[in-house]
Amino acid sequence: MTNIKIKDAFNHGKAMIAFVTGGDPDLETTEKLLPAMEEAGADLIEIGIPFSDPIAEGPVIQDANERALAKGCTTDHLFDLVKRVRENGSVTVPIVYLTYANPIYTYGKDRFMKKCQECGINGVIVPDIPFEEKGEFLEEANKYGIDIISMIAPTSEDRILKIAKEATGFLYVVSSLGVTGVRSNINTNIEKMIENVRKASDIPAAVGFGISTPEQAKAMADVSDGAIVGSAIVKIVAQYGRDCIPYVQQYIREINSELKVYKEAI
Amino acid sequence: MENNGRFGEFGGQYIPETLMNAVQELEEAYNHYKDDPEFIKELDDLLKNYAGRPSLLYEAKKMTKDLGGAKIYLKREDLNHTGAHKINNVIGQCLLAKKMGKTRVIAETGAGQHGVATATVAALMGLECEIFMGKLDTERQALNVYRMKLLGAKVNAIETGTKTLKDAVNAAMREWTSRIEDTHYVLGSVMGPHPFPTIVRDFQKIIGEEIKEQILEKEGRLPDVVMACVGGGSNAIGTFYDFIGDESVQLIGCEAAGEGADTPRTAATLATGKMGIFHGMKSLFCQDEYGQIAPVYSISAGLDYPGIGPEHAWLNEIGRAQYVAITDDEAVEAFEYLSREEGIIPAIESSHALAYAMKLAPTMDKDKIIVVTVSGRGDKDVAAIARYRGEQIYD
Repeated sequence: MTNIKIKDAFNHGKAMIAFVTGGDPDLETTEKLLPAMEEAGADLIEIGIPFSDPIAEGPVIQDANERALAKGCTTDHLFDLVKRVRENGSVTVPIVYLTYANPIYTYGKDRFMKKCQECGINGVIVPDIPFEEKGEFLEEANKYGIDIISMIAPTSEDRILKIAKEATGFLYVVSSLGVTGVRSNINTNIEKMIENVRKASDIPAAVGFGISTPEQAKAMADVSDGAIVGSAIVKIVAQYGRDCIPYVQQYIREINSELKVYKEAI
Repeated sequence: MENNGRFGEFGGQYIPETLMNAVQELEEAYNHYKDDPEFIKELDDLLKNYAGRPSLLYEAKKMTKDLGGAKIYLKREDLNHTGAHKINNVIGQCLLAKKMGKTRVIAETGAGQHGVATATVAALMGLECEIFMGKLDTERQALNVYRMKLLGAKVNAIETGTKTLKDAVNAAMREWTSRIEDTHYVLGSVMGPHPFPTIVRDFQKIIGEEIKEQILEKEGRLPDVVMACVGGGSNAIGTFYDFIGDESVQLIGCEAAGEGADTPRTAATLATGKMGIFHGMKSLFCQDEYGQIAPVYSISAGLDYPGIGPEHAWLNEIGRAQYVAITDDEAVEAFEYLSREEGIIPAIESSHALAYAMKLAPTMDKDKIIVVTVSGRGDKDVAAIARYRGEQIYD
C-alpha cells in the first residue's frame, strides 16, 4: 500500500474523484462504501473528516458533517477504518482526506501526518489553508510523504502561477464562487484557469464544486484532468442512508460512462 | 502592518483561497487610506457629528463611595449613536468599503449591536446591507432584529450548529465567498483573518486614546487599571491599545464564564480554551480533543463566542493583560447594581466588566483609579434580564 501515489489516479485517462463524508450515516457504511466506490470506477477517493464548522461547505455536506459527528465519528475512527481497507486490499486507489486546519492542528501536526502515512492516506485537502499559510503543516507533511493539495479559485487570477508552481499531488480547481453544493450552471472560464496552471506546472488539475450531472463532469474533464464529485454523492447517502451503496455505485458509473471516452483513448 | 498579521504566534490568514485576493485588496486599500488626509477628515467628521464622539468619561461617585475603594470612572461607549462601541469600527469599515467601490456590506452579529451599527451606517452611506445572526440570538435579542429591519437591512436567522455568534460568522464567511466583487464583509470584532484584527483595533483604539486624554485632564495622571469585557475583544483592545506601552497601567479583560468556567456551560476562552486555527486565525478556542469547536454558552449573546482575537491571546501570553471570567449571576447583579446605583443601564456584555470592577475596587486603596469601559447600553437586555429573574415581559 506504500506504493500508491496520487498521480496513479490520472494515469488512465481523466480521473473520476469521489468524495464522501466519513462516518455518514455511520462508520460501517463508510467502510463498505469506500471499496464499492473503487469498484464502480472512482480513481481517487476523498474522505471528509467531519468538522463542527466546515466553512467551505454548502448545506448538503454541512448536514453530513453534523450527522457524522452526532454518531460519534472521530479522526481516530477514520484512521482505523482506512487502515483496515488498505490492509485487506479492498481499496487500492489513492485516498486523500478533506478536513479543516483545526482538526489537524489539535490532533498534533506530526502525529496526524505520521498516522496518514501509517494508514495509507496519500494527501490532505485543507480548504482553510491558503498558499500563504501552507507552511503550517508542510514540514510534517513532507516528513511523512503526504501531499498537501493546493486549491485555486475563480478569484485566484495572478495567484495561480505561484500556487501551481509549488503544488504537489494534484491541483484542486474550485469551479465557482461560494461553497460546495450542486449547481445547475458553472460559468467560470475553467479552460483559462488551466491554461494559467500549465504555464507553471504539468501537475494534474481536477475540477470540483458544483459538479453533479455526468454532462457537467464531462464538460469539466474536457478542459482539465478530472472531475471531483462531492455533494451529489453525499446527497445520495443522505437519501438512502445505510442502503446507499448500490445507488452511489450506479451514480459513479453514470459519471464514468461520460468520462469513458478518455479512458478508451489511452 | 506588524509581522504579516501575526501577534507573536497568533493571527494569520487561514481562509479559503477564494477569499485571498479580497483580503489582500482590503489590506492594500486600508494601508493606503489610513494615512490619507481626506479619509481621516471624513472619518473624524462622522465620528464627531454622527456617532457623537468623544464619549464621556464619567466619574461614578456613588458606586465609588458604595464600594469603598478605588475611584471608578466609566467610559461611556453606551452613549454613542446606536448605543455601543461597535459604530466606531463600522463607520471606518463602511467608509473604506465605499472608497473601494463596494456597494453592499454584510456582517455577523451576536447581541445585535454590531448588526444594528452596520445597518445604520449602511443606511447613511446608501449601501445594501445583509446581516447574519444565529437563530437563538434573534430570539433573545428580538428588539435589535426589528431595529435592523427598520434600518433597511435584511436579517438572516442562521439555523445551523449552535445557532449563535459562531454560526453567524460561518454564514457571513460563506456568503462572502459567494459574492466578493461588490461586497465588503464588515467583521465586527478584532478577529478573523488578517487584516481584520488590525483594522478593527485601529478603528476602536480611539476609546483608549480618549480615556487617556480625559483622565489626564481630570486627574492629571494615568489610571491604575483599565478594564473591559471580552468576547472577540474589540472594545477591550480599543480600551487597552493606547495603554500597552504604559506599564503602570494594568489591563484587565473580563470574559463570560456563563454558569461557571469549570462547567461545560461557559464561554471563557482564556480560562478553558486551547491553541487552534479557526475563523481565519490562530488563537485560543474552546474545543474538544479532536479540534471540534465547543458549543459555548453565556447569558450574553455578544460574548457567547468560542474564541478570542489573536492580539488578546498574545497580550495574555506575554502577561501584559490579565483576563478573568465572570459568571451570568455576577453579570446580572452588576447590571442591576449600575442601574440602581448610577442610573445607567449597561449592556449585559459590559456588565461582565462592571462585575469585576465591583470585586476589585474594594481591594484597592482610595487613591487608586479604575476605568471601566461600558461598551454598550442595556435596553436590548431588559426583557432577557426580566426573564432571568422570573418575570415574563415582552420586548
